[in-house]
Amino acid sequence: MLAPEKLWWKPLGRMEKTWLTVAFVWCVFLTVMMPLWYFYGKQNVPTETYRVTREQFAAKVNEFVTQYQVGDENGIPVVAPPPGSDVYLRASTWQWYPILQLEKGQTYRLHISSMDLQHGFSLQPVNINLQVIPGYDYVATIVPTSAGEFTIVCNEFCNLGHHTMVGKVIVK
Amino acid sequence: MTALAPTTPWKAGAKDDYRVCGVTTLKVDMHTERLIIANAVMAVVTLLLGGTAALLIALTRWQAIHLLDATWFYRLLTLHGIDMLVAWIVFFEMAGLHFGSTVLLNARHAAPKLAWLGFIMMTVGGLLVNGVVLFDPQSTVMFTAYVPLKAHPLFYLSYILFAVGALITVITFFINIAVAKREKRFEGSLPLVVFGLMTAAILAVYTLLQGAAAIVPAFLWSLGILQNYDPGIYRNFFWGFGHPAQQVNLAAMVAIWYALAQMTTGIRPINEKFSRLAFILYLFFINLGSAHHLLVDPGLSFAWKAVNTSYAMYLAVLGSMMHAFSIPAAIEVAQRAKGHNKGLFGWLRNAPWGEPGFSGLFMSMIIFGWIGGVTGVTIGTEQINMLAHNTLRLPGHFHATVVGGTTTAFMAFTYYVIPLIFRKELKLKSWAKWQPYVFGGGTILVSLGMITSGLQGVARRNWDITFAGVVPGTVDLTLAIFGIGALIAVTGGIMYITIVLASILTGPRMEAGQLLLVGGKENPLLESTKLTDEQMEHPKNQPKGTLVLVFAFLVWFAVYYLSNWWLLGRTWFIR
Repeated sequence: MLAPEKLWWKPLGRMEKTWLTVAFVWCVFLTVMMPLWYFYGKQNVPTETYRVTREQFAAKVNEFVTQYQVGDENGIPVVAPPPGSDVYLRASTWQWYPILQLEKGQTYRLHISSMDLQHGFSLQPVNINLQVIPGYDYVATIVPTSAGEFTIVCNEFCNLGHHTMVGKVIVK
Repeated sequence: MTALAPTTPWKAGAKDDYRVCGVTTLKVDMHTERLIIANAVMAVVTLLLGGTAALLIALTRWQAIHLLDATWFYRLLTLHGIDMLVAWIVFFEMAGLHFGSTVLLNARHAAPKLAWLGFIMMTVGGLLVNGVVLFDPQSTVMFTAYVPLKAHPLFYLSYILFAVGALITVITFFINIAVAKREKRFEGSLPLVVFGLMTAAILAVYTLLQGAAAIVPAFLWSLGILQNYDPGIYRNFFWGFGHPAQQVNLAAMVAIWYALAQMTTGIRPINEKFSRLAFILYLFFINLGSAHHLLVDPGLSFAWKAVNTSYAMYLAVLGSMMHAFSIPAAIEVAQRAKGHNKGLFGWLRNAPWGEPGFSGLFMSMIIFGWIGGVTGVTIGTEQINMLAHNTLRLPGHFHATVVGGTTTAFMAFTYYVIPLIFRKELKLKSWAKWQPYVFGGGTILVSLGMITSGLQGVARRNWDITFAGVVPGTVDLTLAIFGIGALIAVTGGIMYITIVLASILTGPRMEAGQLLLVGGKENPLLESTKLTDEQMEHPKNQPKGTLVLVFAFLVWFAVYYLSNWWLLGRTWFIR
């Protein structure tokens, strides 16, 4: 709190040097982990993105549903796209549309966008979370590695009905 | 306590005057004194508002109680974020800037009118935003107000008023230092605490400018003047304000840590160069961390995210790890020099645990570093963020940093501001003795409850997670830990506000007689100047215990960090 002595630029002590070196090496390790995982890891944040208008995206979703619909659950279509195909998921207040039926171990190109506000794609209990922003077609290339019924929770606040915005993914 | 000290004009015939503090021997400008009191009072008022909201929303997320309906939950959550993250902390920091740029330099306040203008704008903005959120249903948009969620224009206007007011106050900080230098009020370099506050002030300038870049277009958009506002661009600018604002808090908090350590244990920084370099690392690299919030956003490349979120190689994290060593090390050396030399931790056992300035410092450092820092670096890692984004792990992290860290330290510091600046006797000293433990302990439970809930996928900002139907039974337990922690922390908050109000509203104003509140008649601040180089360098006084502590910290850090990579490796493949 008080003014330092005139000359305070002094060499570091042995312990300070030790800690500084160790801490710096740890920071380098933290940094290197990200590119390492980028090249060798199986779980990376998707980066593929396209600009899209609401109308364009809504049209793609409808086309996708008409092509691959296999059922219906409470008025929401259940859609089973073939492995390797483009899959479309629409977020709007307060609904995920449609219900997706995927196969375990197969690859899909999942397109997500929002019709109105920002939403949060939170796949549970797998616990994968992505931000969904209107005007952006966010493409995630996914491989379901477990079978069962999964829930999509919205985890970005989107007005008062936010907590009721729940969707479904079925993996066989 | 004695009668009020007389004031002296700074120059013959000048209206501006100062008093000499009998305890610290520092000169206190009377403008500064009034500005500090005004800012501190507003800080406590907004803390009370945000704290009330905290209690109610915590009791709602505690599923067994689930107190509020959805409308009020989201409304009070919006209020809580704004009052706590912005109003309470920034008001307190403004008081700190006035203090640092004048009292610690024995200098006068060179721009009191400008400072009052800033204060008034902040007060109007701060109170207005509370009113808008409470009475306008449309303005339940959270602290972040993500476009295209549209609040009332007054919502954005009050943000702008508050931010411009804060910017004006920050400018008076620089004016004061420049004038103090010109008038030769101090010699040589700035004291370390002022250097830290200067770091905070520089960070604050570009934080507030980026806030303007986000909020001004949003204001125009809410008025209909601007037709389209790209939500991705808004997020980029908003977080250019939102995260650095927390880093202003970090720099200010570390400055307060050094101050508390010196006031309660009489430290001399073990190496001024080391500590100052750590602050400079904040200055250059910490703003990059804003990108944390955009890690799972569309449209950004891996390289951009990795460079930014690693603070260009975790250099700002390095700064924090340096402080994490240098502050306890300085305490250890000072304690050992006093003769507390037994074993590795004798210095720590004999620390002034009953003195709120020390216990507040201790709780703040432990919670900030061991919980807040470790979880923050982990969830801020590009790929790991996919597991954590917008789950309760996020508020779990920042309640450890901003509440357990910054707020605990600021509360502890207030107990010294009351006798030294308000010149009122501190009442309820026995409460003050316990308050840091109660508040800090509660916050630890809040953070751990949130983090463990988030690990199980529980979303943040969600009124009722059971709608999702994916909640394992253990979530009831972890949310209950969060709820019970909140009750304890709020009790600590009520203790704080009661102590402050009881002290400033009752009893006459009088001059403080001693620095320590419960620790005795010593004056560690003045004694710290008597620590000689020989004592500092004596082999017996070296900080061996601290070295052990920081290595233990590193081990915990590594365990938590690596286990998150392990968790990530078990989830679906995604690219």
